[in-house]
Amino acid sequence: MSDSIDLTGKVAIVTGAARGQGEAEARLFARRGARVVLTDLLEDEGARVAGEIGPRARFVRHDVSNAADWAAVVELAVREFGPVDVLVNNAGVMWTKPILEETPEGLDRILKVNLFGAFHGIQAVAPLMRANGGGSIVNISSLAGLQGIPGHAAYGSSKWAVRGLTKTAALELGEYGIRVNSVHPGAVDTPMIGDRFTRGPGNFPTVPLRRVGEPEDIGELVAFLASDASSWITGTEFVIDGGSTAGIVPPVRG
Amino acid sequence: MAELQGPNLTDKVVIVTGGARGLGAAAAKQIVDAGGRVVVTDLLDEGAETAAALGAHARFHRHDVTSEEQWKAVVDFTVAEFGRVDGLVNNAGVSTGTMFDTETLEHFEFVIKVNLTGVWLGMQAVIPHLKANGGGSIVNVSSAAGLMGLAMTGSYGASKWAVRGMSKVAAVELGPARIRVNSVHPGMIYTPMTSSVGIREGEGNYPNTPMGRVGEPSEIGAAVAFLLSDAASYVTGAELAVDGGWTTGPTVRYVMGQ
Repeated sequence: MSDSIDLTGKVAIVTGAARGQGEAEARLFARRGARVVLTDLLEDEGARVAGEIGPRARFVRHDVSNAADWAAVVELAVREFGPVDVLVNNAGVMWTKPILEETPEGLDRILKVNLFGAFHGIQAVAPLMRANGGGSIVNISSLAGLQGIPGHAAYGSSKWAVRGLTKTAALELGEYGIRVNSVHPGAVDTPMIGDRFTRGPGNFPTVPLRRVGEPEDIGELVAFLASDASSWITGTEFVIDGGSTAGIVPPVRG
Repeated sequence: MAELQGPNLTDKVVIVTGGARGLGAAAAKQIVDAGGRVVVTDLLDEGAETAAALGAHARFHRHDVTSEEQWKAVVDFTVAEFGRVDGLVNNAGVSTGTMFDTETLEHFEFVIKVNLTGVWLGMQAVIPHLKANGGGSIVNVSSAAGLMGLAMTGSYGASKWAVRGMSKVAAVELGPARIRVNSVHPGMIYTPMTSSVGIREGEGNYPNTPMGRVGEPSEIGAAVAFLLSDAASYVTGAELAVDGGWTTGPTVRYVMGQ
């Protein structure tokens, strides 16, 4: 009897894996049989997580906005584990700022990481995946890539762009067996968001499931999209938000 | 390498409508393979063979999804056989294949009744049981025709768009009861329902979709199994296209004018 999504034999790169969702994804991937290259700018935390995962993991410092860094990451993955089957473009930065206060430099910084990072990543792994007969790329967008959210002029722009980039990549790379999908998390309790949420049932009444998301919730979905269980899924945008974008949320009953 | 594994559905009891063949049969098999119990329902008596082939964890019940009484019978049967209900896959459906201006009112009403009213009745029938269990998962099988306007799908497209919308209303209403409701949107899949349009399985045989091939029922079954499982515990109100990129946009070949 099967007990989980299987990633046996897969080689994956997860960016932004030192903490939060990326960390949860890397840990889950390894538990499901994959070998994982964790990348992040945060060296101490990234190395610690990879060390805890054990021989199935490597950590490498990585600025996703830098194409040369990407070449080094892919080279390391191939050298250590073999051809890359899965890329999770998870690394991202976020802040909230009214549009009239946002600066061109701020917009540029967010786009460099959140959008150019994913773009460089696709360019870095797709030729390998093509030569290898296929692969799966998961781009982490956001609810802010499905709707307008006040304060997210820069962040929202980057996440809408990732959603569009995903679809174009899916269309162009489909014939090589490379699947490309976007994941749109709602409010998830991670260090990126800060110390705003309390986990657990009933503590987040603004979504239908009445709780905030946890990194492991997102990890399970990403693992599914990384696995062969999703072999005919490409170009899809997958919302994972406890139901908040399904419509108007009913009030909490007395 | 280990056998391909799907999500864990240990001890979950799921009703799959239209389970005699095609997508429903594939979903039922994956549910049992993942440790669940399944009640396969269908108008077609061959569902009995489908269930028998799945072993002790599967049952068949003949079922017209447009009948409220039969829904009650199916749910009662499920509880009698397996003790509870944790999930429902509203898969039963009929297709169209006629141009808008030639479809009859009788056919339109028939398609809506099976594809939309049937889903509505199913949700109403299982919700009290899911609530009593502290939650559950409902997967409504819509279609790529519920994401875009697809030629020759007048009533079918209308029914599948409606299922997509109804899934979202149910998701927001039932979230507080921890009942998750999601829609799955298969593209062109090779099944008994679709084989008559002349599609062929295999790489390169369906060039107007980015992956260049039609889908297999098991590929939809895997998405359904994921949504039924606790691995999808924060996923509700989502619409999942499983279509090889069909609804993502026009193919490279199309854009290049070939």
